[in-house]
Amino acid sequence: MKKCIIAVLSLSMLLAMTGCKKDETTKAADESTTTTAAESTEEVTEDTAEQSSEESAEASSEDTSASEAAAVMSYADYAAAELDAEVTIEAYVQAKQSWWDNTATVYLQDEDGAYFCYSMACSEEDYAKLTDGQKIRVHGFKSEWSGEVEIVDATFEIIDGTWTATPVDVTAELGTDGLVDKQNQLVSFTGMKVEASKDANGNDVAFLYKWDGSGKEGDDLYFNVSVNGQTYSFTVESYLCDKDSEVYKAVKELKIGDTVDMEGFLYWYEGANPHITKVTVK
Amino acid sequence: MKKFITTIRHMHFPTAKALSLILSVLFLLPCCLSLVSCHGAKNLNAFDVPDEFDTSRTYEITFWAKNDTNATQKNIYNKAVEDFQALYPNIHVNIRFYTDYGQIYNDVITNIATGTTPNICITYPDHIATYMTGDNVVVPLDSLMKDKKYGLGGSEVRFDSPSSDELIPQYIEECRIGNDHFALPFMRSTEACYVNKDYVEKLGFTLPEVLTWDFVWEVSEAATKKNADGTYAINGQKTMIPFIYKSSDNMMIQMLAQKNADYSTPAGDVLIFNDTTRELLDEISTHAATGAFSTFKISSYPANFLNAGQCIFAIDSTAGATWMGSHAPNIDISEDKLVDFETVVYPVPQFDPDDPKMISQGPSICLFNKEDSGEVLASWLFASYLLSNDVQLSYCQTEGYVPVTSKARESEAYLDYLSQKSETDALHYRVKIEACELLINNTEYTFVTPVFNGSASLRNAAGDLIENVTKSSRRKQTIDDEYYEKLYSDMRTLYRLDQIESKTTGNIKDLGKMPKTAVILLVSLCVSWVLIGAYVVYRTIRKKKA
Repeated sequence: MKKCIIAVLSLSMLLAMTGCKKDETTKAADESTTTTAAESTEEVTEDTAEQSSEESAEASSEDTSASEAAAVMSYADYAAAELDAEVTIEAYVQAKQSWWDNTATVYLQDEDGAYFCYSMACSEEDYAKLTDGQKIRVHGFKSEWSGEVEIVDATFEIIDGTWTATPVDVTAELGTDGLVDKQNQLVSFTGMKVEASKDANGNDVAFLYKWDGSGKEGDDLYFNVSVNGQTYSFTVESYLCDKDSEVYKAVKELKIGDTVDMEGFLYWYEGANPHITKVTVK
Repeated sequence: MKKFITTIRHMHFPTAKALSLILSVLFLLPCCLSLVSCHGAKNLNAFDVPDEFDTSRTYEITFWAKNDTNATQKNIYNKAVEDFQALYPNIHVNIRFYTDYGQIYNDVITNIATGTTPNICITYPDHIATYMTGDNVVVPLDSLMKDKKYGLGGSEVRFDSPSSDELIPQYIEECRIGNDHFALPFMRSTEACYVNKDYVEKLGFTLPEVLTWDFVWEVSEAATKKNADGTYAINGQKTMIPFIYKSSDNMMIQMLAQKNADYSTPAGDVLIFNDTTRELLDEISTHAATGAFSTFKISSYPANFLNAGQCIFAIDSTAGATWMGSHAPNIDISEDKLVDFETVVYPVPQFDPDDPKMISQGPSICLFNKEDSGEVLASWLFASYLLSNDVQLSYCQTEGYVPVTSKARESEAYLDYLSQKSETDALHYRVKIEACELLINNTEYTFVTPVFNGSASLRNAAGDLIENVTKSSRRKQTIDDEYYEKLYSDMRTLYRLDQIESKTTGNIKDLGKMPKTAVILLVSLCVSWVLIGAYVVYRTIRKKKA
């Protein structure tokens, strides 16, 4: 009898210890408010991520049926659609800007025009599948933020097909009303001259970390370039091209007066604000 | 092992009992330790103010600062460090700059886990409440503030420190969490409504003494009238969003406060999902549907629309005043888009002009505990240096901030600064100074929301309610009972408000079926006790028979 009781008690102890082990599926419920701040916050982050992931997955599956049901718009239809309209488009991934908290921001393009999908529901696994040129179908709402026309609150599915855009030279269109028609497209600029920017201390420099020079390594780079007597502000967006990218390093090496050719996406912020992905000093 | 147990059984009883006890302890101790370790985190001892500050030692402290993408603010921080180090050569301050409170929060949380928090950081009280869920992570400042030698106005302090009495009472009170103060206010701001007076009058209205929500909605609706060609009658442009709010969370919080409606309690009760919230959202959605209202998240910076003549009421922080108006020192749109108009600065709209209420916000300073109390004292000296007139006066002039001490506010230099309003001089930009005066004149009407672990999430949810309703209205989606039920439910889940509610109300959420391991554990415990009982009964019966 004693042996039996000892065996049962030992088993209970072992189970108690096992039960104490962190279980991913029950962690949130198991841990109480007495955990440390770090633990609490990690839980929040992880759980929100898990939840978002589930929601994204649900949204994706819901969207599959929705996007199948909704008619796919041509670029012309999309361009003509009112802001806040529900839209469904098919296009090819040209660049991935960022993934965070189960949302992805990407540049898309087809033969007729380009799209910017901001914070689109996307699991990390799906984000990995969004390789350059991959065709996807996106369902969301047309929106505009500071002049940038984008698709928000979107979901997507990967479909068959690949295509990569060739940059269109829009140097001659800088400063013209027609440039906006090429918004979000992969474009190029040729023969532009690097102009001085004023840093935080009023010195002339070739580029700034952040728009006013208040940033640091790893932040967006801003630099001025001119053509035909007009100066424009271009950006290396640090999510799109981080500090280890070739373009980030190249812009840091620019000198005032350099003549450069560039490629990038025609982003818009209160006017054209190209997000440069490639710089070549002539 | 079997042999070992058999040997014990044949021992003399007292010896065997003692050995058995030792073995039991040896067996149970690791079990207990392993159980404890499941929940354990390294805790620091509570901080005690040292009697003396050891000037023979060198202290290296880190300060995580926040600047508003503003190079001047960075320079002021750097100068403060230089000046402070000149006074205390044995304290070296390393600054790390952030432009986002959220990033500081994330980094602090990460570093609490690894015991590598900074010594000092700029933060919001909402965030401190989360930092504080670890034992002795954040230093309570009451004993430091009162310390006769090193406290505020202390005898051994090497700079002109303000005394405790010279802190603006409302602002230091905002830093109280529970019974203690866990932060020092650094700068304070509120929100202002920057108004295009020309457009208001062009629409046939006269600006009232106190801006009300009814007035703002009425004018905004009037401004949505279009010409036959699709342009807006008021500005002749294709774009006009008459009313844009930068911070939708503040909008909801202030509206609820002005209505004396529930939001939360200091104990952490989440009360926002009430009928008044629904009424407010209904009103907001009506104006979002007509295009009279939008938010920063949906449309962009209110200042850009205001300065382009595409907005009439732009609500943003007083700390954003340098971006507001035709002559603003900071402009984010091209010159050809600028429209000339008169900018008037108002407090946020009110429901009851006789009982105004407006949010108090702005950066605070908190200290993190360390094993070396001397290091904490060094951190405190730098933190309190940030309250000196030199730092307060230079930093507040970078934006529409106001100093947090009466010593700075009443100083000749500050009064001189306020007196020199100008449309052309960036330092004395009229709109910025009027934004400061707005706060100074209304300090008694400011409020903050209760701080608890989860209050930051609740704030986000408050903003998201407005964002979601606004987007849905613009998209012509149906907003009815079912919509609100889902919206409230989504907010509770997304921001885990249901768990905060469970903690505070005791209404524990149904967690579903018990895990298998727990069931087995409970059953085995029950079986054990039944067997023990059975054994006791068996022994008793045997004894009686014997």
